[in-house]
Amino acid sequence: MAKKYDAIIIGAGHNGLINAAYLARAGKKVLVLERRHLVGGATVTEEIFPGFKFSVFSYVVSLLRPQIIQELQLPRFGLTILPLESTLTPLPNGDYLYRDSDHYRSLRDIARHSARDAEAYEEYNREMYFMAKAAQPIIDNPAPDPASLKPGELFRLARLGKNMLNMGPERLYTLAKLLTMSAADFVEQWFEAEPLIATLSASGIIGTNMGPRSPGTAYVLLHHYMGDIDGAFRAWGFPKGGTGAVAEAIARSARAFGAEIRCEAAVERVIIRNGRARGVVLNSGEEITCNVVVSSLDPKQTFLKLVDPALMPEELVQDIRRFNIRGSSAKVNLALDALPEFSCMPGKGNHLRGAISISPSLDYMERAYDDAKYGNIPRRPYIDIIIPSMIDPDMAPPGKHVMSCFVQWAPYELNQGTWDERREELGDNVIDTLEEYIPNIKSIILGRQVLSPWDIEQMTGLSEGNIFQGELTLSQLLFLRPAPGYARYRTPIHNYYQCGSGTHPGGGIMGASGRFAAMAILRSR
Amino acid sequence: MPLPTPFHRRTSALCQSQEWREWSGYLSAITYAPTHDIEYSAIRNAAGLIDISPLYKYEIHGADALALLNRIMTREIGRCKIGQVIYSPWCDDDGKIIDEGTIARLHNDSFRVTAADPNLRWFQDCGYGMHVEVRDVSAELAALALQGPNSRGILKTISPESDWDALKYYRLLKTEIGGIPVTVSRTGYTGDLGYELWIPAAHAEVVWDEIINAGRDYGLLPAGLAALDIVRLEAALRLIEVDYISAHRAINRAEEYSPYDLGLGWTVPRDKINFVGWRRLRREQQHGSSKRFVGLEVDWLALRKLFMRADLPPQVAGRTSRLGVPIYGNGIQIGQATSMTFSPTLKKYIAIGTVNRPHGLVGSEVEVEITVEYERKRAPARIVKTPFYSPKRKRA
Repeated sequence: MAKKYDAIIIGAGHNGLINAAYLARAGKKVLVLERRHLVGGATVTEEIFPGFKFSVFSYVVSLLRPQIIQELQLPRFGLTILPLESTLTPLPNGDYLYRDSDHYRSLRDIARHSARDAEAYEEYNREMYFMAKAAQPIIDNPAPDPASLKPGELFRLARLGKNMLNMGPERLYTLAKLLTMSAADFVEQWFEAEPLIATLSASGIIGTNMGPRSPGTAYVLLHHYMGDIDGAFRAWGFPKGGTGAVAEAIARSARAFGAEIRCEAAVERVIIRNGRARGVVLNSGEEITCNVVVSSLDPKQTFLKLVDPALMPEELVQDIRRFNIRGSSAKVNLALDALPEFSCMPGKGNHLRGAISISPSLDYMERAYDDAKYGNIPRRPYIDIIIPSMIDPDMAPPGKHVMSCFVQWAPYELNQGTWDERREELGDNVIDTLEEYIPNIKSIILGRQVLSPWDIEQMTGLSEGNIFQGELTLSQLLFLRPAPGYARYRTPIHNYYQCGSGTHPGGGIMGASGRFAAMAILRSR
Repeated sequence: MPLPTPFHRRTSALCQSQEWREWSGYLSAITYAPTHDIEYSAIRNAAGLIDISPLYKYEIHGADALALLNRIMTREIGRCKIGQVIYSPWCDDDGKIIDEGTIARLHNDSFRVTAADPNLRWFQDCGYGMHVEVRDVSAELAALALQGPNSRGILKTISPESDWDALKYYRLLKTEIGGIPVTVSRTGYTGDLGYELWIPAAHAEVVWDEIINAGRDYGLLPAGLAALDIVRLEAALRLIEVDYISAHRAINRAEEYSPYDLGLGWTVPRDKINFVGWRRLRREQQHGSSKRFVGLEVDWLALRKLFMRADLPPQVAGRTSRLGVPIYGNGIQIGQATSMTFSPTLKKYIAIGTVNRPHGLVGSEVEVEITVEYERKRAPARIVKTPFYSPKRKRA
């Protein structure tokens, strides 16, 4: 006989697990249902080749809200975040741009490219500190609806407005620019050195089907700057054990609060009776009843697949259909026999313990985007590399290494052929690109895993493989995410909620939407 | 990984204490001797040689060089004749200090500016469209401060052909030391008789050796940053990032300082217009500023008593303490003391800091926080005129 639960959460991604943990913490009887054999969604560590552990999809953390780390006691359940030490931008001419925690050395290296930029770098960092600080009340609160006249909403708006005014006029103007400009134009207000401009604006195109010169990308840049690790704003880190360890820590916390998690339990649809969610049907045919259903899946699945769209207002259905969810990112994970040897910076140094960005110039980036824009596999893509085994040696057998290559851009739909046929072409282009900077790369590859947007969709279920469950453009943020009137985790169906990163405040391993959704559910019960 | 200065081979051989600090990305000795006090005594009673190469140095050339400097600096730079040096802060549009330094007029259209922070971009941007070139010469120009009553004697020995007696305070001359062309300015950060030497980096060691060799007969010692920090406080000279925050780095309004806030109102001429920040400064001059720069003398006997009660000898900052402590007036906090030290020359515990106006008039009684055996106490102190120490020989 099926047990009756207070809440069922569909999908054990980090937001689903966080949502479950908060509900369980409040004493609710909670069940999480996961299609795959492991928890994490796009936050998983898997041993694709024996002994080599890949953070298969997401690969670094910064945005995970400190409230969640504290309230769910994640360190107690195994969360350890290791520092990413540096950022290396190797250049095709054998030169490089290198920044790390050695402040003055980093400035000197920037000064090699432009003395003015070295000075501007400090000003830029200071300005971005203010911007991240301004953005924190936005990501740390549900999105107020400016069209609503409810006192609660007006109060929230007023509080946000007060925050904005407290910034002072100059900072407010910068914020306005940040919300409207392209990442490249924004960054070029400070800098003139191509590798620095390209590498900084790269934060504006991660997971986004736009080039660094497309307006609106400056916001995505801010989105990547809003995090703080241990109080250090903008810091990015690597979770010990890969990003899967983040999901596992949350799962452990959720279980400790009493939540139940079932893997290999794919939900077919949500049971709705009399306009109320009553439970779910698994694809095995099993029915599980409950009082509340929470979908952590993306808005397309939440509104169009798990329930019959006919049960919802037609305008909402159309809004969700039009919700921009273009997948644009790919991933190449490599098992390596030895460390990669960069021609610009040989040897085993701190440069291998941080991010390595193949972003030599803005034109290079735009050309990569151009390829993808017309449905082609980019010949020379932007690649964000980390070598997790240099940060956490347990990720690979002793002396061996794993290398994570995040690739931007890869079109979801190819203009010729299918990803199933052409997947390895992308892998080859990535390796050929890497070889220009790492001459020994081909000789040390023991295994490679190539994940196109289509593969990401197949494996994680994320529609079109969009890593943010919908693009982070201003038109799809705050009270507009995923659709006007539905930014506060509800749906038109009573007791059916959404908690994924397709809701405010959006993607990255942030967890805020999972937490806010839980708070909304608890408040209404 | 701090860089060595052009004197590093010499300074590292002399640095017995192995106490170093990073200064603007360069390695700087905190003390050479095991303790700083003999270095301090050398500066005040004989001579000290301080490697100040990490200072930022800019050269400004071109038909509009004077116009650019007048645009940037609060002071009227036209008053600075060839061969003269002038001190000035520079501000942002809000009239808050970005940095301060000396401006030396090398030729009619050629100046050299020293700065504590990088300012190349600011100077270049302020000169946009002008006929002027701003060059960062920080790395190509090594710098030494030769400071103390015997500094003139040492220069006379190593460069007898120059007329050192004629070189007045805040003037410069060009000379040769050991065959190396050196610009010498009668400036310093010690409040004493002293000189700063601007030397081509490639030949830095030659000049160092000449000075050290000649200095033996004059009691010269190499001096580190610990000794410098005490003498500059005796002279009540402010230090960026310690006594005030650059407007380019300040995170909030409280961290920003106008020249009036820092006791530098005298650097803002009433008749000068169109320099960066002038309107705000004009308004502040008329309506008053919110902060006041103060010098404090802590009542030594009262302080001694606080420690004696805990059976301790007075434990005060032997070096300059840069940990800000609250200043209280009538029991409420009115500001903070930002640099504090025991002055061996004055035998007084002195501090500089900032208080909120109208507090802080000279002569008023306040209290500063002192920690005795982990307990926070308040010691009586008096606001006094600064500088605390200014010997006649500084200008004579």
